[in-house]
Amino acid sequence: MRSTLKFAVPLAVAALALGACGTKGGDTATPAASGGAAACGNYKIGMFGALTGPNANLGIYIQNGVNLALDDYNKKHADCKVTLENYDSQGDPTQAPALAKKAIDDKKVVGIVGPAFSGESKAADPAFNEAGLVTITPSATNPKLAENGWKTFFRALGNDATQGPAAAKYIKDTIKSTKTFVIDDASEYGKGLADIVRQDLGSQVIGNDTIQQKQTDFSASVTKVTSSGADALFFGGYSPEAAPLIKQLRDAGWKGTFVVADGVKDQSFIDNAKDAAEGTIITCPCVPADVAPEFQAAYKAKYNEDPNTYSGEGYDSATILLDGIAAGKDRSSMVDFVKSYDKKGVTKQLKFDAKGESADIKVFAYKVEGGKIVGTGEIK
Amino acid sequence: MQNLIDNFFAYTITGLTIGAVYALVALGYTLVYGVLRLINFAHSEVFMYGTFAALWVVMLLGGRPGAGVGQVVFWVAMMFVAAMAMSGFIAVLLERVAYRPLRKRNAPPLIALISAIGASFVLAEIMGLRSRITGWVGLDDNLRDYVRNSRNNAGMPTIIAPQPIFTIGGYHVTNVDVFVIVGAIVIMIILDQFVKRSRLGRGIRAVAMDPESAALMGVNRDRVIQVTFLVGGLMAGAAAVFYMLKIGITRYDAGFILGVKAFTAAVLGGIGNLRGALLGGFILGLAENYGSAVVGSQWKDVVAFVLLVLILLFRPTGLLGESLGKARA
Amino acid sequence: MSTTTSAPAAPKKSSPGFRERVDNLPKAVKIALWVVFAFFLFLLPLLNIPFITTEGSDFGGVLFTVATYVLVALGLNIVVGYAGLLDLGYVGFYAIGAYTIGVLTSEHAHMSWVVVVPIAIVVAMISGIILGAPTLRVRGDYLAIVTLGFGEIVRLTLVNSEWLGGAQGISDIPKPPGLELFEVPSIDWSSGAPVVDLGTTSTFLKFGINDFVPYYWLALGIIGLVLVFDILVKSSRVGRAWEATREDEDAAELMGVPTFRFKLLAFALGAAIGGLSGALFATKAGFISPDSFQLLLSILFLAAVVVGGAGNRWGVIVGAIVVAYFPERFREFADFRVLVFGLALMLLAIFRPQGLLPPRRTVRAKRADDRQAVLEEGEAHV
Repeated sequence: MRSTLKFAVPLAVAALALGACGTKGGDTATPAASGGAAACGNYKIGMFGALTGPNANLGIYIQNGVNLALDDYNKKHADCKVTLENYDSQGDPTQAPALAKKAIDDKKVVGIVGPAFSGESKAADPAFNEAGLVTITPSATNPKLAENGWKTFFRALGNDATQGPAAAKYIKDTIKSTKTFVIDDASEYGKGLADIVRQDLGSQVIGNDTIQQKQTDFSASVTKVTSSGADALFFGGYSPEAAPLIKQLRDAGWKGTFVVADGVKDQSFIDNAKDAAEGTIITCPCVPADVAPEFQAAYKAKYNEDPNTYSGEGYDSATILLDGIAAGKDRSSMVDFVKSYDKKGVTKQLKFDAKGESADIKVFAYKVEGGKIVGTGEIK
Repeated sequence: MQNLIDNFFAYTITGLTIGAVYALVALGYTLVYGVLRLINFAHSEVFMYGTFAALWVVMLLGGRPGAGVGQVVFWVAMMFVAAMAMSGFIAVLLERVAYRPLRKRNAPPLIALISAIGASFVLAEIMGLRSRITGWVGLDDNLRDYVRNSRNNAGMPTIIAPQPIFTIGGYHVTNVDVFVIVGAIVIMIILDQFVKRSRLGRGIRAVAMDPESAALMGVNRDRVIQVTFLVGGLMAGAAAVFYMLKIGITRYDAGFILGVKAFTAAVLGGIGNLRGALLGGFILGLAENYGSAVVGSQWKDVVAFVLLVLILLFRPTGLLGESLGKARA
Repeated sequence: MSTTTSAPAAPKKSSPGFRERVDNLPKAVKIALWVVFAFFLFLLPLLNIPFITTEGSDFGGVLFTVATYVLVALGLNIVVGYAGLLDLGYVGFYAIGAYTIGVLTSEHAHMSWVVVVPIAIVVAMISGIILGAPTLRVRGDYLAIVTLGFGEIVRLTLVNSEWLGGAQGISDIPKPPGLELFEVPSIDWSSGAPVVDLGTTSTFLKFGINDFVPYYWLALGIIGLVLVFDILVKSSRVGRAWEATREDEDAAELMGVPTFRFKLLAFALGAAIGGLSGALFATKAGFISPDSFQLLLSILFLAAVVVGGAGNRWGVIVGAIVVAYFPERFREFADFRVLVFGLALMLLAIFRPQGLLPPRRTVRAKRADDRQAVLEEGEAHV
């Protein structure tokens, strides 16, 4: 009996406590934060992507760009600063929906830069769409993302369907390859891109292979490429696999041209492949940094390195949202603001079509020369 | 299939090179399993630390392509010293921190696996966070080249440029291929003789055969276990050097997949059996390459595991059976 | 549960532990307590209790994840805890369950969710039998690597098979049919004291995109059913046969227990529950891709079982909560989450080698072992 009482008493107390507390009705007007200027919304923008874990590099490059945009804004609006809320998905589609819900529930968040990858976009974007929270992705390039009719989806760069044909064109017209080998890494990005290139090159593709992400020994693929006599190799994938792949190919004496896409446009590719990286052609729907020297200088001043892949896109995406905040937009009016946005950013003219794709897409070719990625002009 | 026949020797030689690395790492699993009946899950990290030690020492000594022979020999020797010292140290540390306390408490075998998984996470993450750690102690600027982008690949300059030495069946066998395969076999022979002939080797075999009788016969079990981990670590260190010479790029999580492969190789050959590890490593390397040639590189791991299942079905104790001491009952 | 597991020489002087006290309660009170506890669990995502609620991610979503881990741990416990088979590829069954849902409701057919879930369970179970039949004859540690290989084979097949959506995965998995009976308000703590917030509610069993609470309720209900099933099986002849097989396979075989068949049964049941959890995951996520079924997940699942105490169903539930909840709760550690998790596993292995809640039988067996050791050597240390 004594034991019963022991259990019953706390329960009763808990029940009383619950009963005694009041209720709060209607729509949640979030409690006004103490301090803060009267007219200031204390708005936040969200950064959604991998900031920790094995895929964090890309997320951090983007975040650097976003932070730079925030610095610019907060310098101009010192009395009403906008803060950054990080939603670190680790690039994992499993974690994405709950994080999206968190962002949606935080009514101060008026827009999201991200999600950074295509997989997590598929998992999280339906929720953002339903909640009417605008997302501008600086890096997810799967073409199908724009086909879902999501009102809140915007993409601040070209998708794989624009880059693939450009890469194929470059291989055909500029490199004048007649025997091309195509390898992909079975990832959504790499395979999607490589399939487009395969289709466009048609019969000049003399061999195909698929590797696995995180693979390090490519001896079988190397044998396939060298024995095929290919004069060019297109690799659809990311720099962690591209670096050992080209290194092993060069070690085996292969002399052809290595062509990759924006997933490899990353200084670490050169740092790791060293001399083997020389002469690699990189296509990217991104404007060379020398087009926006102020951005490059500001970035270098803050982070002590050159802007990396998608830093510029991150900067542009955040700038669009910040311009919206400056124009007095809130979450619900932000979608229309972004839809009608038309300004020059550091990477391109920022303007979206009806599906949320960037209206102004140019694909550029870059070449690795003397340990640097150098722009060689637009692929037309 | 035609491709495999046409380039049979290319697939064979390159398969043997990676197989040599698998074999050396597999030794670590086999030795520890033979003595403790324990899957040393964190052995993959022992290997990974070796690759970094090899990389760092080359960077420190200013290794670059195209140096003279004497210079290259010195660099490679230093790679072996650094990688084996590092891997040996990590392996012994692992035993002290993650396994010995459990043994003292007579913990169930499954919990040792959990401790090993925990240790594996900790070791890999420390390497993945090395830039933060140097940041705390204020060495970021001095060590920038060594720790920068700690989640990224870290590449080594090619100090031995691959040169074809001779040609078999249309494949130009390079100096690196020969060095790796011959080097691995020589190291295995030394190890085999060590376990067979030396006093410590006898101790290892005794404990593997029957720990209690060995203790009664005056074998210091803790010491034998420590030596076993050390030897396994040294082998992983040697594997790390060969790996860096062949692949040249490592990463904080580079150990994981290679560890799984090496463990597969150990089981394939008969876990607890030293020669089995060698055989298993080579067979796995070859099977992966042949499989990649026939069905595509994306099925490489599937080929490896299917082969394993098939072999276990027909030879449940692996190709050469389990026998570090002698076959156990 | 008594917590006096260490200090074997110490006589039993502690007052009756929590477990005994609960056992001594009248049956009606016990049932009432269970009902209150279940009620509490159902309301947990809406109570938003400070400190427990995750700050960095939506609490309802996190609780759902925890619930799937609990379900997985219960299934894996049958394999690892009851039958003593080391399975490192459990994620394979989880993936098979999820993909069965994906393929049959979205990719290649549009069948009703209610029909597909049982199919997912059966498919996972059959795959368990297909894997188990040839491999369960090999002993202990070999099974670990074979199952690990199985998990990888499943994932790589998903990545490389166009028919299964490849790396793009399968999207637009439909939501299960809902009921929309009544709304449950949540509690708001932002002013320091609990206030019922009528603005933020969850509709009882409306499976939407932006409210994970109903999925959590669904998962809780399924966990309840699986628990009842688990209790029934464990206390039956089957449970005793597993125990005998685990402790000494040869002796069990000699005593007439068809050990192989019982091992296969454990494998199949475990696989079925793994498939069920995967199905649940796919239902809530609406989108699945091979990325969600990495090898690491198998290791986390196993960690959940062993951390909690393999063989004790309440223990593995605690273990699953630890493994799934803590990394989300301590998001502020950000980059150090995995490091801290690894350290925690090591410390736990050293200080609670039997798991957080060891099975009762193990405590008994350990005491007997220690007593034996005291008799043999005068003091317990080996």
